[in-house]
Amino acid sequence: MCGIAGLYTKSATLREHLGALLADMLEQLSDRGPDSAGVAFYRDPAPAGWCKVSLHSPSHAPEWDALGGELAAQFGEASGPRVRATHAVFEIAAQAEEAQAWLLDRHPELTLMSAGSSIEIYKEAGLPTRFVERFALEQITGSHALGHTRMATESRVTTEHSHPFSTGLDLCLVHNGSLSNHNRLRRTLAREGIRFRTDCDSEVAAGYLTWRLREGATLEQALEACLDDLDGFYTFAVGTADGFAVLRDPIACKPAVMAETDEWVAMASEYRAIAVLPGAEDAVTWEPAPGQVYSWGTASLVA
Amino acid sequence: MATPEITQEVVRSFDLAVDTVRELNQALHSEASAGRVVVRNPGGRHAVAVGLDAPYEVEIEGHVGYYCAGMNKLATVRVRGNCGVGVAENMMSGLVVIEGSASQSAGASARGGRLVIHGDASARCGISLKGADIVVRGSIGHMGAFMGQKGCLVVCGDAGDSLGDSLYEARLYVRGSVAGLGADCIEKEMRAEHVAQVRELLAAAEIDDVDAAEFRRYGSARRLYNFHVDNLGNY
Repeated sequence: MCGIAGLYTKSATLREHLGALLADMLEQLSDRGPDSAGVAFYRDPAPAGWCKVSLHSPSHAPEWDALGGELAAQFGEASGPRVRATHAVFEIAAQAEEAQAWLLDRHPELTLMSAGSSIEIYKEAGLPTRFVERFALEQITGSHALGHTRMATESRVTTEHSHPFSTGLDLCLVHNGSLSNHNRLRRTLAREGIRFRTDCDSEVAAGYLTWRLREGATLEQALEACLDDLDGFYTFAVGTADGFAVLRDPIACKPAVMAETDEWVAMASEYRAIAVLPGAEDAVTWEPAPGQVYSWGTASLVA
Repeated sequence: MATPEITQEVVRSFDLAVDTVRELNQALHSEASAGRVVVRNPGGRHAVAVGLDAPYEVEIEGHVGYYCAGMNKLATVRVRGNCGVGVAENMMSGLVVIEGSASQSAGASARGGRLVIHGDASARCGISLKGADIVVRGSIGHMGAFMGQKGCLVVCGDAGDSLGDSLYEARLYVRGSVAGLGADCIEKEMRAEHVAQVRELLAAAEIDDVDAAEFRRYGSARRLYNFHVDNLGNY
């Protein structure tokens, strides 16, 4: 069992409260996943020609300022760090691929949680309520966000095993369920050059989407292909630069509820996580059908 | 039999923004009196009004989470909203009315009583049905009445794929389309007694704008389990 939440704002007012609202949703889903929690926020896009990266350090005293200096020296300009608990976000005057390659090469001790223009990922082992406080989620603004609370069934409880998993630039995935063909699929994808950091089944789903997108599929096509190639139970929420998408396995093993008002679109594993949103009682509320892709902000789905 | 009118005075009111679900349920279990109970701000909480064993009339003002009115006996529970997984699961008797839609496994394993859903129900509605009657005003998802043993499932809208998979002796009536029948489920003749039964079930559910003659009947082909006509009275 895990908990998933997604929130897409339609008004400037709500964007100011995105973190606080997502925090409320995550707390409702805490007992679905007390092992770990994580979030992806889409906010403050980097300037043109720049990229944004989220990094995690296992160190008790990470030298983020020094890293900022190194990034500026390497790429001409960099801003940051914006430190949030064990994570830091930098903006770098470089293409995301370049910056990623350099970070992986020079700082293997760090985990690159996300890269892109607007995405920021924060995740950590431990109780979701503690995570919400430690990462001061209520301060985070943004256009939309995904969240996850994890009850591990397939692999260890660590920061790296937590969700969301990055699936490419400005893309990420959260998963409720378990996949049964992930070992074989991981080997296949590894041969295709997809990198994996953990033995977590959900990371394979993320890697699968990365691979499909790299091969030219739209996000919608990549998600539809999951129906054929992934064996197991899943409700996925996938974050994109301008929205999010939802897919449930064809027999709907794992729950999902969606709701929409004039102010927001939300999805969650359970309605109680939506009930905390303003105006939820008057929202149009429905259960997404199995095997069907739902999405908001379609630009990146058809790109 | 029409749905009983709720005419009694309010004997108790709970606000789940303040009171806990446990307080509500314990009060409903320990106070041996029947009567009207109003529950406000359910907020999608699980296990609201479960395990009732007295003729309470519980009105829930909003959406509930999982297992609402589970194991219900004698009581009438009305939800003015949607409900999550497993509403009225294992119901023994009484009446559960959902004014909105229901999530998966509505009425799972219910042995008796009546479940009325005015919206839609999603997958596995009436799974392992053991004798209750379920009436859905809208449509149902896939695997409706999976392994249903006894009782009726009436669907005024459409049914999803694999309706009645591995069915025993439950009766399925669907007015709209059926995406596909499950293993050992077949369409059967709709005789006068079946139209009469649907009419009665619709009337009991207070659905008066649907014609019982428009339904089709589905049941078990009895090839998957050992059916003996001598034991007919036991089914």
